[in-house]
Amino acid sequence: MIAILDYGSGNLRSAQRAFATASDDVILTSDFNEAIEADGLVVPGVGAFAACMQGLNGVKGAEIIRKRKELERPTLGICIGMQILFSQGLEHSDKGSHAGVGIWEGEVSKVDAPILPHMGWNTVESAQQSILFKGIESESFYFVHSYAAKNAPASRATWSTYGEKFLSAIEDEYVSATQFHPEKSGRAGLALIKNWVKSL
Amino acid sequence: MTLSVRIIPCLDVTDGRVVKGINFTNLVDAGDPVEMASLYDAEGADELTFLDISASSSNRETTLDVVRRTAEQVFIPLTVGGGIRSVDDVDRLLRAGADKVSINTAAIVRPELIAEIADRFGSQVLVLSVDARRARTESGFEVTTHGGREGTDIDALAWIEKACALGVGEILLNSMDADGTRAGYDIGMITAVRAISKVPLIASGGAGTFEDFAHALDAGADALLAASVFHFGIHRIGDVKRYLDAQGYSIRMSTSK
Repeated sequence: MIAILDYGSGNLRSAQRAFATASDDVILTSDFNEAIEADGLVVPGVGAFAACMQGLNGVKGAEIIRKRKELERPTLGICIGMQILFSQGLEHSDKGSHAGVGIWEGEVSKVDAPILPHMGWNTVESAQQSILFKGIESESFYFVHSYAAKNAPASRATWSTYGEKFLSAIEDEYVSATQFHPEKSGRAGLALIKNWVKSL
Repeated sequence: MTLSVRIIPCLDVTDGRVVKGINFTNLVDAGDPVEMASLYDAEGADELTFLDISASSSNRETTLDVVRRTAEQVFIPLTVGGGIRSVDDVDRLLRAGADKVSINTAAIVRPELIAEIADRFGSQVLVLSVDARRARTESGFEVTTHGGREGTDIDALAWIEKACALGVGEILLNSMDADGTRAGYDIGMITAVRAISKVPLIASGGAGTFEDFAHALDAGADALLAASVFHFGIHRIGDVKRYLDAQGYSIRMSTSK
């Protein structure tokens, strides 16, 4: 069973439908035990970093993600759902940084480009031995974000460039994440979702 | 390794059908929205935009259903505009499966709506739709409302600067003079808006020839929106993209089947 963590408003319907193309059993949930027990957990992103963390805390999301890692159960973060896995976010942080879930040490900072958000389809330099990008290494994916991680916390790192090079996906044993939206990236995105579901 | 230009077909929707007219009048039926969305996706559309031109709220319920059915089948970004007046309207559309919403008249009437939506959902969901025409305002461009039928005396560039400060994530610039004419985008207007904005810019209104698309990109548009040339089969999206690709623009040419 694949659970999509529902911790606020936003477009979760598309995510559910996209994952349902790769699995017969996809649920939206904000229930702690259901999220822990799922074979795969998807953490979508909602709003800004701080708002996202606030929403996550409302469903004990950080605890769910950490516990799943201990139990060696796969989790996939998408967009802001990737960013909050790092230890710090600098979005709208005039008074210092916001604390993230901290699966990985490192900060998420503004992308250095003249026009933001980075919105649209961009290519990736996929990691060697990537599971997520198998067979779709030269495809484009749909991005919408203004902040990103610039350092790789694990060896299986995938990069993209917009103004500067940033981390567009990471695969670190049981925790993976994409800065782009696979659920909005057409056939390439569905192929990536299928790759992840098959790996569970 | 660069961001691709986006080609976005726009579907004007009312009563669950797609319609298209010239300068927002003389509407003719152009097809079923869900079918057309799937077709455009298969042809390589980079995003889709639905503009709800319904007059009544009961028709808007029909549009929510169209959004739901489209989001179930089409896995590319979907923007919905038309008749959005509150944070709750945005919430309903996002929950139905829209990724972004575009607002126009309601933001002119009450600009704080921009900040309210951006604070709740993030500015990345919010497209400011500007229906502008050439007029004797300070910049030479005036904001219109009600689908171009009413002038406001508001200067278009001043309005865009204000809206960006309040938190819009993208600008959809529609030339009311060029809309539906297929005589080319308003290049002067695109250039002027690009010069004062730091968010992505979608150019709309007037697309006719392949060269028109290229000229709008040269003027600084990040994305190109068109309706009639696609609906009436004058151009195929795939052909436009192949032309722009051959001209050296960064285009997403999907390779997966």
